[in-house]
Amino acid sequence: MVGICSYGVYIPRFRITMHEIARVWGADAGEITRGLGVREKSVPDLDEDTATIAVEAARAALRRRRIAPEAIGAIYVGSESHPYAVKPTACTVGEAIGATPHMTAADYEFACKAGTAGIQTCMGLVQSGMITFGIAIGADVAQGAPGDALEYTAAAGGAAFVIGNDDPIAVINQTCSFTTDTPDFWRREGQSFPRHGGRFTGDPGYFRHVQGAARMLFERMGTTPADYDYAVFHQPNAKFPLRAARMLGFAEEQILPGLVVPRLGNTYSGASMIGLAATLDLAKPGDRIFVTSFGSGAGSDAFDITVTDAIASSSFDRSAAPTVEALLANPVYVDYARYAKHKGKIVMQR
Amino acid sequence: MSVSRFWRKIPQRYNLIGTQCTTCGRYFYPPRSLCPDCRRSGTIVEHQFRGEGTIVTYTVIRTASDLFEHTTPYVLAIVRLDEGPNLTAQVVCRPEEARIGMRVKSVFRRIAADGESGVIHYGTKFVPAE
Ligand SMILES: [Zn+2]
Repeated sequence: MVGICSYGVYIPRFRITMHEIARVWGADAGEITRGLGVREKSVPDLDEDTATIAVEAARAALRRRRIAPEAIGAIYVGSESHPYAVKPTACTVGEAIGATPHMTAADYEFACKAGTAGIQTCMGLVQSGMITFGIAIGADVAQGAPGDALEYTAAAGGAAFVIGNDDPIAVINQTCSFTTDTPDFWRREGQSFPRHGGRFTGDPGYFRHVQGAARMLFERMGTTPADYDYAVFHQPNAKFPLRAARMLGFAEEQILPGLVVPRLGNTYSGASMIGLAATLDLAKPGDRIFVTSFGSGAGSDAFDITVTDAIASSSFDRSAAPTVEALLANPVYVDYARYAKHKGKIVMQR
Repeated sequence: MSVSRFWRKIPQRYNLIGTQCTTCGRYFYPPRSLCPDCRRSGTIVEHQFRGEGTIVTYTVIRTASDLFEHTTPYVLAIVRLDEGPNLTAQVVCRPEEARIGMRVKSVFRRIAADGESGVIHYGTKFVPAE
């Protein structure tokens, strides 16, 4: 059965608190933190971007399991902050893990769900016999205009999933998607920052698509929330996934292990994938995980996953790469000025 | 750096690909195609370094060329790879964190970019591994 053969995560070590951002814009920090359920967010170093994050996540996945680089037949990197408008991040990743040149590769863009779209593509290639292993990555150094609501949560990080059918640590039982043309969030070509439809992003965007994909998956599998040990949702803030879980009938303890947004922020394409990784960090054989991503524009991909005995076997070494919890621990806090420098928000003389 | 020169060095910059003389066992980084000890009797093979090493010495760069001026201050170190060879590389840490003898491991980072519209140069830097 096709599934996840390994996974790896990378999160930069810098953080900025909501309190510090609110201080600069004269906003009420308490109100914002309570409203979003987010305390702080990750900030990339000066020399980190989506490509370096994607490479580190992929290398972490390959440290956990010995996979011959030449057996990797496809790499897809989902992001809305690829370093180049034209020149694929996936090629840089392929070179940096030694998988080139006998592989296919492409960059994906679907707001925050491009990484899970990559998982689906790899599943199809594996199941059709075209490749042995494929790597799907979701990574972003998320952009939010200074002073905009997005700035409070736009974070940096990524996760890589190695998809294959050779003794997976978690079998993907089913996947399905719910997609429409909905302008809830966008960024036009050449613009530095995305725009969003304000309150429009909630009900017609996030909740309609997450519920659409989730209910489709329940129907196909004949399951209810009680059949799952864990659930992971796209997490642009803590409020949305908690509300989506409640609407669908999941209990809070099912989603809390994968709810990393309060200490990480919204890593866009990395968000639901890092949530899944945090859940796999503590999952046991037999655990069943429900995952639903969301990308503005808009669409959701839902996955029904069962953890196998392989996660505890000698072929897989979970401790060979840091857990999400370890990556979130011991951050270095920066003030707004340093944050602005790291994010290239200061206008320089050229 | 020209685009072609950068491109030729991608394997050694991204993945620390060097060489080894299997006759005497010596490792080379940057890669050498002739062993200075064994000369023509040496057999040279490609070797990927594990990326772990120790700081031999370091300096803190506070005034840099145009390409790196926005990243100062930064730590530039001579790192002895566990297999033997020394190389000069940036260590990503606060200047006061760096010390001689510190264990470091390789990471993939942006080295420089050719202006706003040119090629981005990626490569290997090191971070503290203690
Ligand atoms: Zn020799």
